[in-house]
Amino acid sequence: MTSQPQGTAAPGAVLTPPPDGPLLEATDLAVSFSIGSALIARMRHQEHVLHAVDGVDLTIQRGEALALVGESGSGKSTLARALAGLQRPDRGAIRLDGNVLPDRRSHADQRKIQMVFQDPYSSLNPRLTVGGMLHELLRVHHVVAGNEVESYTRELLGLVGLSEEAVHAYPRQFSGGQRQRVAIARALALRPELLVADEPVSALDVSVQATILNLLQDLRAELGLTLLLISHNLAVVRHLCDRVAVMYLGRIIEEAPTETLFASPRHPYTQGLLAAIPRMTFTAENDAPAVRGDPPSPLRIPAGCRFRTRCPIAQPICEQEDPELAAATSDPSHRAACHFAFGTVPPPHPADPAPAEMVKPAGAAGDEGVKP
Amino acid sequence: MSGGDTVSQPLLQVSDLHVEIASRRGIVRAVDGVSLEVAAGEAVGLVGESGSGKSMTLRAILGLLPPEARVTAGQVLLNGADLTQLGHSQLNKIRGPKIAMIFQEPMSALNPVMRVGSQIAEGPQVHLGMNRRQAAERALELMRRVGIPDPERRFRSFPHEFSGGMRQRVMIAIALSCEPSLILCDEPTTALDVTIQDQILRLLARLCRESGTSLVFVTHDLPVVAQVCQQLAVMYAGRIVERGSVQGVLTEPCHPYTLGLVRSAPDVDHPRASLVAIPGSPPSLVSPPAGCRFHPRCKFAEEDCTVTEPPLRLLDAGHATACLHFERCLDELRTEGADR
Repeated sequence: MTSQPQGTAAPGAVLTPPPDGPLLEATDLAVSFSIGSALIARMRHQEHVLHAVDGVDLTIQRGEALALVGESGSGKSTLARALAGLQRPDRGAIRLDGNVLPDRRSHADQRKIQMVFQDPYSSLNPRLTVGGMLHELLRVHHVVAGNEVESYTRELLGLVGLSEEAVHAYPRQFSGGQRQRVAIARALALRPELLVADEPVSALDVSVQATILNLLQDLRAELGLTLLLISHNLAVVRHLCDRVAVMYLGRIIEEAPTETLFASPRHPYTQGLLAAIPRMTFTAENDAPAVRGDPPSPLRIPAGCRFRTRCPIAQPICEQEDPELAAATSDPSHRAACHFAFGTVPPPHPADPAPAEMVKPAGAAGDEGVKP
Repeated sequence: MSGGDTVSQPLLQVSDLHVEIASRRGIVRAVDGVSLEVAAGEAVGLVGESGSGKSMTLRAILGLLPPEARVTAGQVLLNGADLTQLGHSQLNKIRGPKIAMIFQEPMSALNPVMRVGSQIAEGPQVHLGMNRRQAAERALELMRRVGIPDPERRFRSFPHEFSGGMRQRVMIAIALSCEPSLILCDEPTTALDVTIQDQILRLLARLCRESGTSLVFVTHDLPVVAQVCQQLAVMYAGRIVERGSVQGVLTEPCHPYTLGLVRSAPDVDHPRASLVAIPGSPPSLVSPPAGCRFHPRCKFAEEDCTVTEPPLRLLDAGHATACLHFERCLDELRTEGADR
């Protein structure tokens, strides 16, 4: 599908010799947003700070594809934006090749992490042709010499499977899948070391999704690209990624190589998430849902383990102690934040008729452990 | 789409339905000759990509088309009565007690300034002649049935105080409130997270099984259909290209478009080395390609596909395809199976 011109340095190829150690390392990263007025929130005994990402450690090895999965509100997109420098973290450090990235990144640092967004209809400038878009980018960042801009642009379009005529076309002239190719070309133009793709296919039709997933797979093989894929679709993740991190309410609650995670998930939330995927061959004869209840509001994160309000095996200890993301003794690459992840698992609660949690009406908060 | 040997009249019979939309670029034939049967107690899935006409078909059944669209031909028979011939006030007597609808976005389908309990109680008051207290009691009972916790307190809440999943439960309670014989669902779980989707699908499947309500379920997601429906119809460019039992269509797709849909989606249990995409994009419905509408994207296409518009023909027990060369799909599946 993608034709790579032979003999030239591939756009996006990493030219510097790879140093040892992880490509990207985030430690204790936290991002919060304040919602409404602090005064009113205090009068209503509510929290007005939303902890979207609440202390996340994450490493990405050079050349690997890491997936970040979770439901809406789990903080996966916020985490990705913080890594890409689009969102200022409250605390924590992001290291790229061992060097801490400052809050205000230099052009050279910005270049190294590029992002592809979910909606290709709103993430491209409607008043610029594809060529205009790429030329501007290449000139601002001095990626190639002035006389090579044209040929490099053509090369980029070839790489993502677009024809050369696309240079003169405006985004509105493309279909959704083609727009997403343009967005990928734009991200690759700067030869990034890390490509962050935030739900790159969820706005596309099913038959088009496959072409973009195949493109990302080809690009990884051709360019040795490091990929951080944010997705709620576990099938996409299994198809594309080497390692998976599962997020729940701003924390990573399980992390493992893809096959390990799908074969033996250890956290009850991951188990539920995998069981909840609709299968082609399965008809719902069992009425018990895979995970009961709604996720709690990120404004009212339960004390102790965040998942305990929906957990089928929750014990008294889960209310008191927040489990750490700990590795299995047999497999250090598999980490889970559950008191019972790698030990003896308590029996599941008998079928609980009442779905536990739901969004409470404004003003009725407080009967649940609120995170200070 | 009742299975072969049922003699009784289907609950809903859509025959040769045409819906046209006037646009600046010309007349869009959004639905172009769709026929569909739903037996009592049966759940039928209608699957297709955006622009395939699946939602328009659903809206035409209930007379809920946007103002620029109209039914130009065909019938929608509910228990033998043609709904396309009915006026506004007559349709309003059907909507609710006979046919109910569940929309994709509960937030825009619910009344934001009306308490949830009153919205559920409205139908029984208007259609079943209940007084306020009876209707309120019925609403509480429905809220309990769809799994809304603490219904006495939640009765007086407004939709914005509910989460997405809970709002969809409210929509289901409203749909069930007048005990309709048919519920139309337009992508009811597309906006929900996977764990919530799982809850809602199981709830819908259970409630329909218990009450014997028929279901027409529109979605773009094949696995979702497998959770709820027994029958499946695949739409492409305004037409039904394949239909049959869910098991039959998903395991032995007899139309290259269905085959493409099945194989282009990554399977979470059986990851493949690479996905088989369907090349190209759906055709314009102002001037669709001659012959089979899928032929420009079809790898099995022959000369005759560009000329003849293939009719939907029956293969065996209820499985029908609109492909002239459907054997090639089966051949391909067989060779692929042998490779594994």
